[in-house]
Amino acid sequence: MLFPAAPSPAEPVRVVVTGAGVVTALGTGWKMNAEGFRSGRTAFRPVTLFDVSRQRAKTAAEADLPQTLPKTHLDGRRLDRLDRAGKFLLLAAHEAWQQAGWESAENLPFVLGTTAGGMLLGEEYFRHALQKPSTHRGQAFRAVCYQPQVQARMVMDALNFSGPIIVVSNACASGGNAVGQAWELIRSGQAERAVAGGYDSLCEMVFAGFDSLQALSTTVCRPFDARRDGLALGEGAAIVMLETLESARARGANILGEIIGYASAMDQHHLTQPHPQGQTTQAVMKSACATARITPEDVGYINAHGTGTPLNDSSEAVAIAEWAGRHVGSLPVSSTKANIGHLLGAAGAVEAVVCLMVLREQWLPPEIAFEVPDPACKFPVVQRPQDATVDVALSNSFGFGGVNAALIFRRWR
Amino acid sequence: MSRIFVAGLGAVSPAGWTVTSMRDALEIGKPLPVQMLDSRNGKPLAARLVPVPPTKPEFLAHPRLRRTSAITHYTASVALEAMAGIRPACPKDARLGLIVCLQSGCVQYSSRFYDETLKNPATASPLLFPETVYAAPASHIAALLGNVALVSSQVGDPSSYLQAVSLAALWVTEQRVDFCLVIGAEEPNWVTADALRHLDRTARISAGAGAVCLCSEPRFSMGIELTAITDAHTYSTRRGRTMAAQAMRNQLNGDDNNISMELLCDGTGNSSRADGPELAAWRDWTGPRLSPKRVLGEGLMAAPAWQCVAACDALANNRFKTATVSLVGFNQQAIGAKFRKSSVGAT
Repeated sequence: MLFPAAPSPAEPVRVVVTGAGVVTALGTGWKMNAEGFRSGRTAFRPVTLFDVSRQRAKTAAEADLPQTLPKTHLDGRRLDRLDRAGKFLLLAAHEAWQQAGWESAENLPFVLGTTAGGMLLGEEYFRHALQKPSTHRGQAFRAVCYQPQVQARMVMDALNFSGPIIVVSNACASGGNAVGQAWELIRSGQAERAVAGGYDSLCEMVFAGFDSLQALSTTVCRPFDARRDGLALGEGAAIVMLETLESARARGANILGEIIGYASAMDQHHLTQPHPQGQTTQAVMKSACATARITPEDVGYINAHGTGTPLNDSSEAVAIAEWAGRHVGSLPVSSTKANIGHLLGAAGAVEAVVCLMVLREQWLPPEIAFEVPDPACKFPVVQRPQDATVDVALSNSFGFGGVNAALIFRRWR
Repeated sequence: MSRIFVAGLGAVSPAGWTVTSMRDALEIGKPLPVQMLDSRNGKPLAARLVPVPPTKPEFLAHPRLRRTSAITHYTASVALEAMAGIRPACPKDARLGLIVCLQSGCVQYSSRFYDETLKNPATASPLLFPETVYAAPASHIAALLGNVALVSSQVGDPSSYLQAVSLAALWVTEQRVDFCLVIGAEEPNWVTADALRHLDRTARISAGAGAVCLCSEPRFSMGIELTAITDAHTYSTRRGRTMAAQAMRNQLNGDDNNISMELLCDGTGNSSRADGPELAAWRDWTGPRLSPKRVLGEGLMAAPAWQCVAACDALANNRFKTATVSLVGFNQQAIGAKFRKSSVGAT
C-alpha cells in the first residue's frame, strides 16, 4: 500500500547508484559523454530539426540518434510509437539497466523528470488538427503517445519491469527532483530500488519560447562569464539506477557512487527570475549538506545549474559564495551546459551522471569558452581539462516557477 | 506512522466555484449542460465549462496572477477554499506543501503560443511562453499563499492524483510540512476536446480543479481521516486495465457488513469503452455509489480531485462513515483510496 506507508527505518537507508545511462549531443553512453565532458568538447551546431530562420538564435546541441535502437522486449510496432524524446529515454534507460545488471522486476518505482514529454508529437497533433481537421489518421496515436507516462510505460515494457510511475514536471529542476524523489523513496524505506532520471528533446515551441524571451545566446553559451548572453538548448536523457547499499552489496554490484544529500525548496521571487541573492539556492545547498552530514568544506566540485543567462548565473554565484564561505576560493565550479546546452527536464539527471563521472574517474569538466569571470564569481570556474581528487560533488538544478534542488554525491571506494 | 487528516476541501467545476455548488449538482445528479467550444479548426466541439464567477475573484488582483490563464484561476480558487478554515487558526510560521497534478496542463497558452510560433516565431509573445510550463500554476499559487515550503508539479493520467496524495501524506508524516495541498486541475481548450474526441466520442470534456488539504494535527481536521491508498497498479503488456482495476479493488475490500454506510466514489462517466474495467471491478458493489464525471464531465486531472472532494464532503456531512475513491486511469494505472469519519476534529 502507498498509504499507510512502511514505517521509516530508525536510521536512514544508504542509497547507491549501480547503473547510469546518458544520451546527449556529445554522444550515446557513459564512455562517449565522459570523454566529451572531460575534454570540454562542445556540441552545438545549426538546428536541423525545425526551421529557425526567423528566430534570433540558430544553434542548439542536437543529439544524434543511433540508426538502430537496442534490442529490448518492445517489438518494432511499439518502437515506432516512441518519438525522439522517448527514444532518448529508452537508450539511457537501457544502458543504465544493463550496467546495473538488474533482472525483470515488479513494483519498481520509475521516477522521471520532463518538461515537455513527447512534445514533438504534441506539435504534430496541433498542426494536423489545424491543417487537416477532417482527417483523423494518426491523431489518436499522437494524443496518447505524447504523454510522458505512456513513454515511461513503454520503457518499462522494453526492459521488462513494472511499478509506479511518477512524472515530475518542475520545469528545469525536474530531473534533479526526480533523482531526489527516488532517493527519498529508498532512504525512507518505501522502496529498495528505483529507476530515476529525466528526458527532453528539442522542439519548435520550446525553442521559440526561449528565443522570444531573448534567453538564448546568439554567440556562445558561457556560463559565469562576464560576457555571457544567454543559454543554449540541448536534448537527451539520463537515467540512474538507485538501490540500498545493502542490496547492492548483497548482489556484488558495481557501485558508481552514493547519493548522500538532497533538498528542494521554492523560490517565490518571480515566475522566471531567481532571487538576486539566491536565497533559496543557499537554503537548498545548506539543507542538502545537513542531510548529508557534511559541510561546504567537504564538497570538492559543484556542477552548477549555470545556464549562461545573466540573471541565473549571478544569483547562483552569489548563493555559492555565501554558502561556501571561506572555502569558496578553492571550490571548483563548472556548468556542463557549456558543452551540451540546457536539457531542461533532463538537465538535472544528466548533471547527476556527470557528477558520478567526476567522482568515479577523478577529473573536472571544463568550460572551454569561459574567459572573463563575472565579478560575482568568487570561485574558480574550471577552464581547462584537469585531473582532480574529488570525494564529494554537488549538483544544482533550478526551474521556471522557482523550484530549486540540490543533490550531493559521494565517491565510492 | 502518524495519522493523516483532511483539513480542507476546495472545488471549481462546471457546477460553480465552490464545494457547495459541486455538491448541489451531484445531489441533483443530472448531467450539466454542454456548450460549444470556440474551435480553431471549425469542428463542433462540445464541453462542460466552468461558469463565469459571480464576482471577480479577489485573488486576481495579486500581481503574479494578472496574466494567468483559467487553470491558475481554478487552482488559486480551490487552494484558498481548502485553506479558508485553517488559515485563521494556523500559526504564521506553518509550512505548507503544494502538489499540483495535471494531465493537459496549461494548454490555453500553449496552443496560443504555438499558434503564434507557426505564424511567425519572431513575433510569438514572450508573455505567453512562461505560462505554458506545467509548473506555472504551482508557482503562482505558492506566491499567492506565501508560506509554501515544498512544491511539486506532477504529470500523468488522472490516477496519478492519488500518488500525489500519498506523497503529501509522506511529507506531512515526516514533518517536512505542516499542511499539504494536493490539487488536480485542468482548463478548457479546443485542442484537448479535439484529442478526447479521437479517443472517446461519447465523453464530454470539462474543466476545473479540486483540492484536498492534508495535515497530521487533529485540531485542524474536518473530522475525516485518510486510511488507505492502494499500490499503483500500473498497466503493462502483462497487466491490462481490467486486471489492474481488479487488483486495486482487491486491496480495497473492507467492512462489507456495513456497506450502507460506505460510499463508493468512482471514476466512471458515460463511456462504455473507458468505463468497462472499472465497472467490472466493482460489479458486486451494492452500496451507495457516486460518479461525479456523469454530472460534471471528463475533467481529466480535475476529475480525481473532484472524486476525493466529493467523497470527503459526504463524510463531512455525516452521510457516510467511510468513502472509497476508485481511479482506473486512461493509460497509466489503477489506484484507490479510503477515507473515514474520524473521532477527532469537526463533527
